[in-house]
Amino acid sequence: MKNFIASIAAVLLLALPGAARAGTVTVKGSDTMVILGQRWAEEFMKKNPNTKLQVTGGGSGVGLSALINGTTDIAMSSRPMKEAEGEKLRTRFNTTGTEISVAKDGVTFYVNEGNKVDALTQEQLKGIYLGDITNWKEVGGPDAPIIVYSRENSSGTYVFVKDNLLNGDDYTSSAQTLPGTAAVVNAVSKEKNGIGYGGSAYAKGIKELKIKKGNEAIAPSAENIKTGKYPLSRDLYFYLRNKPAADAKAFIDFVLSPEGQALVTKVGYFPVK
Amino acid sequence: MQSEGLVETATVAPRLSSVARRRQIREKVIAGFITAMAFTGIAALVLILVFIAKEALAIFLDAHAREEASLSKMFLPQVVRAGKPAAFVWQPVSSVPKVSMIPLFIGTLKTTLVSMVVAVPVGVAGALFAAEFAPRRMREILKPTIELLAGIPSVVLGFFALMVLASFLQDTFGLTSRLNAVVAGLGLSLAIVPVIFTVAEDALTAVPRSYREASLALGATPWETAWKVVLPAAAPGILAACVLGFGRAIGETMIVLMASGNAAIVSWNFADSVRSMSATIAAEMGEVVVGSPHYSLLFFIGVELFLFTFVLNMLANVWTRRVIKRLSGAGA
Repeated sequence: MKNFIASIAAVLLLALPGAARAGTVTVKGSDTMVILGQRWAEEFMKKNPNTKLQVTGGGSGVGLSALINGTTDIAMSSRPMKEAEGEKLRTRFNTTGTEISVAKDGVTFYVNEGNKVDALTQEQLKGIYLGDITNWKEVGGPDAPIIVYSRENSSGTYVFVKDNLLNGDDYTSSAQTLPGTAAVVNAVSKEKNGIGYGGSAYAKGIKELKIKKGNEAIAPSAENIKTGKYPLSRDLYFYLRNKPAADAKAFIDFVLSPEGQALVTKVGYFPVK
Repeated sequence: MQSEGLVETATVAPRLSSVARRRQIREKVIAGFITAMAFTGIAALVLILVFIAKEALAIFLDAHAREEASLSKMFLPQVVRAGKPAAFVWQPVSSVPKVSMIPLFIGTLKTTLVSMVVAVPVGVAGALFAAEFAPRRMREILKPTIELLAGIPSVVLGFFALMVLASFLQDTFGLTSRLNAVVAGLGLSLAIVPVIFTVAEDALTAVPRSYREASLALGATPWETAWKVVLPAAAPGILAACVLGFGRAIGETMIVLMASGNAAIVSWNFADSVRSMSATIAAEMGEVVVGSPHYSLLFFIGVELFLFTFVLNMLANVWTRRVIKRLSGAGA
């Protein structure tokens, strides 16, 4: 019996450094980027079976606070790191962190496909999300109340829209918050007077709003987002505590390689390179 | 006390058989074990409360948090945008955080109210039927079926409320917002009915048969007996059922998170979307910066929820005792 226990202990002790050697890289954060991250991870692990990648969502804020708390190696974020977060990183780990832009995305506004409104100016969208415009007839639609859908405040898309469309002002308090782009799309497809926002999505029952600038209505197309013509486009980031090294570096090199960037297009976002 | 007695018996009968002694030791060990278990439960509860309170205390101790989330900001209307009237707004993630608890209180109250209005009559009436009128065969099917309802995960109920109930209500009544207090409340009531039913049914079956026989012998109809004799006699148990249901409703998170729309609106219209306290904790705990005022606020909401249920339980206890006293007093 004693021998048996001793042998098990020996096996465990031997296995420990082995477990540490088989590198595990954790990637956590933006729900917008989860699918993309998982596709990258799958492809990367096919090539490098010795490296394990764990990709989880939760929101950009969740990813960055995990980075600050030291519970993830890479944070995915659909918004730039905030000053307060950088401050925390400095005090905890004495680093400024590394920011790598890995893909581009456009924030699209959706309405129900039965809605006759096709295009809105940024001012009108801002008015709707601040709660100043509450009826569709004010923006050329039917006489019906606007049901505003938004995202939970842990979402990077929420912050992006707040900073880039609302100039940092607060959303109207009657905005209903939903978890994830999928939930917003689903709600708008069921709610004929609804409006929502999120990543590019192709779904039944909704249509993507164009953004009016002068006499032109700019659609959130790949071309317009890549060139930056579409006003609400953004970078998607990876954040690390230090300069990428070892397995994390290999993974990021793969992400930025032509092959990794081809996956970006496949998932429905836009390459940075 | 007891052990002294044992020692004495030992002196009188020096050969207390070893079997008996071993049995006594075993009894003691088992009793000790059970006691330890019971105290572990109590200790866990106390420790949880202490932890939550500790995280929430920062609101009152930390200068930065005190400024950002003072009591006046939590409970009095604040001017939110220049030129707009003062209002109650919950918007903790903002350049100027707004931390009014009022919309969350109202949201929680609305969903809980709707669920209680639906679930209490249904649960109690169902229990009365099962205990008093249902033929035995039917009762044997009815009871386990309703108790099975309690086993449905709340995620499933929430999804049902989100997809089916919400669309149905909107198509029927043409409500402006698809997700609202009524949808969430109805979803909640599905989770509470089995709780109320089970406890109330037990209370009703526990009423002594002599009560029923006496009532029937005096010429009351079965319905009068059930309504005026059995139900009042079981009142404390039924109240306990309602309190349990209420506790479940106020703390239920998943259903409300999915089906209420989560907009922090202050209004008395039940067709508006609402944001409840528990759903707020669930939705915001993930992204919050640990140790920030917002983080302490979320824990403070947890403490408030705990206090609500605690106070309600106490009130119910006091009331029950009074009823029992009155009943036994009348009996004497």
